[in-house]
Amino acid sequence: MKVKKFLIIFVLLLMVLAACKPAAPEATEAPVVPSEPEETEEPVVVEEPEEPVVVEEPEVEPVELRFTYYADGIEAEVMQPLLDKFMTENPDITVVLDVVPYQTIDEQLPVQVETGQGPDLARITNFAAYKGKYLDLRTVVPDPDYYQTNFPAPIISALEFGGFPDTLTVTGPYINKTLFDQAAIEIPGEGTTWEEWTALAKQVAETTGTQYAIGIDRTGHRVAGPAMSMGATLIDAEGKFTVDTPGFRDFVTLLKTWQDEGLMPAELWLVGDSMNNCIDWIKSGDMVMCMTGSWQINGMANDVADAFDWMVVPNPTGAGGSTGVAGGSAVVAFAGTKYPEAVAKLMAFLYAEENYSAFSAGTLALPAHKGVAEAGVAFNTENPSVLGALSAYTAEVPKLQDQAVGLNVHPFAFAYYRNSANRIAQYLSGELTLDEMLINLQSDIDKAIEEAGG
Amino acid sequence: MQKTLKIKSFFEGVSKGISTFIVSATDLLFGTLQKLIGVKRMPYFFVLPNLLIFGIFILYPVLLNFVYAFTGGPSFFPNERPFVGMANFERLFACESIFQPNTCTEDIFWRAVHNTLFFVIFQVSLMVLFALITALVLNRKIKFRGFFRSVFFYPCLLSPIVVALIWKWMLQDNGLLNGIIMGLGFTKFPFLVNAQWARFWVIIVSVWASMGFYTLILLAGLQSIPADLYEAASMDGANNWKAFTKITIPLLMPTMLVVIVLSLIRAVQVFEVTYAFTGGGPGTATLYLVQFIYNYGFSSPNKQYGVAAAASLLMAGVLIVLTLAQFAAKREESY
Repeated sequence: MKVKKFLIIFVLLLMVLAACKPAAPEATEAPVVPSEPEETEEPVVVEEPEEPVVVEEPEVEPVELRFTYYADGIEAEVMQPLLDKFMTENPDITVVLDVVPYQTIDEQLPVQVETGQGPDLARITNFAAYKGKYLDLRTVVPDPDYYQTNFPAPIISALEFGGFPDTLTVTGPYINKTLFDQAAIEIPGEGTTWEEWTALAKQVAETTGTQYAIGIDRTGHRVAGPAMSMGATLIDAEGKFTVDTPGFRDFVTLLKTWQDEGLMPAELWLVGDSMNNCIDWIKSGDMVMCMTGSWQINGMANDVADAFDWMVVPNPTGAGGSTGVAGGSAVVAFAGTKYPEAVAKLMAFLYAEENYSAFSAGTLALPAHKGVAEAGVAFNTENPSVLGALSAYTAEVPKLQDQAVGLNVHPFAFAYYRNSANRIAQYLSGELTLDEMLINLQSDIDKAIEEAGG
Repeated sequence: MQKTLKIKSFFEGVSKGISTFIVSATDLLFGTLQKLIGVKRMPYFFVLPNLLIFGIFILYPVLLNFVYAFTGGPSFFPNERPFVGMANFERLFACESIFQPNTCTEDIFWRAVHNTLFFVIFQVSLMVLFALITALVLNRKIKFRGFFRSVFFYPCLLSPIVVALIWKWMLQDNGLLNGIIMGLGFTKFPFLVNAQWARFWVIIVSVWASMGFYTLILLAGLQSIPADLYEAASMDGANNWKAFTKITIPLLMPTMLVVIVLSLIRAVQVFEVTYAFTGGGPGTATLYLVQFIYNYGFSSPNKQYGVAAAASLLMAGVLIVLTLAQFAAKREESY
């Protein structure tokens, strides 16, 4: 028994010692023993040219940057080759592109960044969610003047100079042109109202047997454009949100008509509490007209292919004119990064004209880079629908109202977007009257602003 | 044969040696520990790992929740949140009438409360009723009894998200059921976009998904009732209904109470199935308390941790009351 105990203790001790064994010492070179100088004849003195002194660059520590990314379409596939090119030019920097669903960016990333567990860079849409967390690029990029000159001041200011808009988006409607042709109904142009478009889409749907006539994405961002076109002043001169305006009432009332008459899929606004897109219905040929935005172009091109012809039409007109809402995502750098110099290098690379243009061309996105927009983008497509859509959205840009440009960069834009979608859904389902919906929505926005310290 | 026996005895010897070594090593370790801390303290040592996990992942978050409930501001970090006392609770209860959510500052909270009450009452009643009927049937000597027991239990094995998505695909506007209905020449039915129907289907799906678990519990309770009692009752001229009401129900009551309280607690906490199934819609017709807390605390772009924490404490209070009520009922039963 004693022997057994001893054996057990001995084995355990061995295991402990093995675990604590010091690392093997590094192999050292054998010491060089200088040889004795040989006796030589007196040498002939030849002046040798001085060799240049070679200063070895200090060893650079390899860096890994984490880049959290979401994609509406093929943005990640276009971004990766650009990152590969960057890494080839900067072999000491590795960039890991983490592609995640939009919901992760929307819900989880702000918490990750706030708790110090965020990535080095990210592609985001809610600029205000990271207030105070951005890396000021003006202090780290090689040419801050280039950065500030080539991007719209309101946008980079809203980003606290921590990033740049990688796309410029505009909201506007898509139509299924083939259905209009089949119904032998002429597609109207500029100056058509929402009511007129509704009647036309309804007529096309009835004639062709299409399930739904019209729809709009389930978010206040898409509702804002038509509301402003109908005369809504959502943001006043002081930057205050006011939802109970005639134009907003008018459009939401029209939306209720779409719902009640079955022109719009009921599930689009009534099922689920997150953003639903009408683009899936138009892609499947089940909808005549869908109000969404320019970021859907490459998705339409890839998913519809040549199943039917589609086009983007001008934003319908109303008492307030014709406007969509500007928006877009941004690539940002966070102050919590351990490698600000490497991040600055990557940012400068990505917003350099050549690379930015390549991204726009590949993703079929409108550029927010002034230099790129002036030079023009050679989009990677021959598809006439896509080229037409890009032209149509480009033509919408000069028509944007000031509040339509200011909305997306407003610090409390997302309080309006999310709450308006939920409250409008309550109105459409009959839970709230129009007046109750507007009162509650205004209260939600005011509370959110107050809670955020605004 | 001899070779096989030799190999067998070799492996037996090796396994015996290994197990002897492990037992001896363990004995040595715990024997030493016992000498150090005493026999009476040894149980604490054995529960310590579980207590640590409980403390870190359950107790600590609960304590943090109290901090959030009594503080305000947008910050995630407790030390950056100012103390606001009962302000978050006052905000939740700021109503002219709690029976009219439109009169409340946090109207969505009160809609969630009403929805949860409605769900709890109807879901639990239906759940217990169907589970009891199924258990009674499965307790009889029917053909393929084993198969049917598995079939009724099978939905419990599925992830709630899978359950929700399957039913959503069947019931949505262009889903399987509407496809059949339209194929028969009728107009499609608003299963999920009509508030009343959405509430109905949420309850049915929830009952379908969880019934098997409670059926098994009730079945075990039924099988513990001695058969002699039924025989004696039969000899005394009692019919099936009398046997059911005078023997089955009273003797099954302790098990029924367990089932009722368990299903009540689960019903109050309903979330995964409804979130994936209807997302709380149409409007807020199927938005329940946990989803309200989730929306305010996690998914909203302007997260309101204080209000979410206060709501979760209120919900915890309800659950504690339910549990105490169950203990009281059980105590009375045993008297």
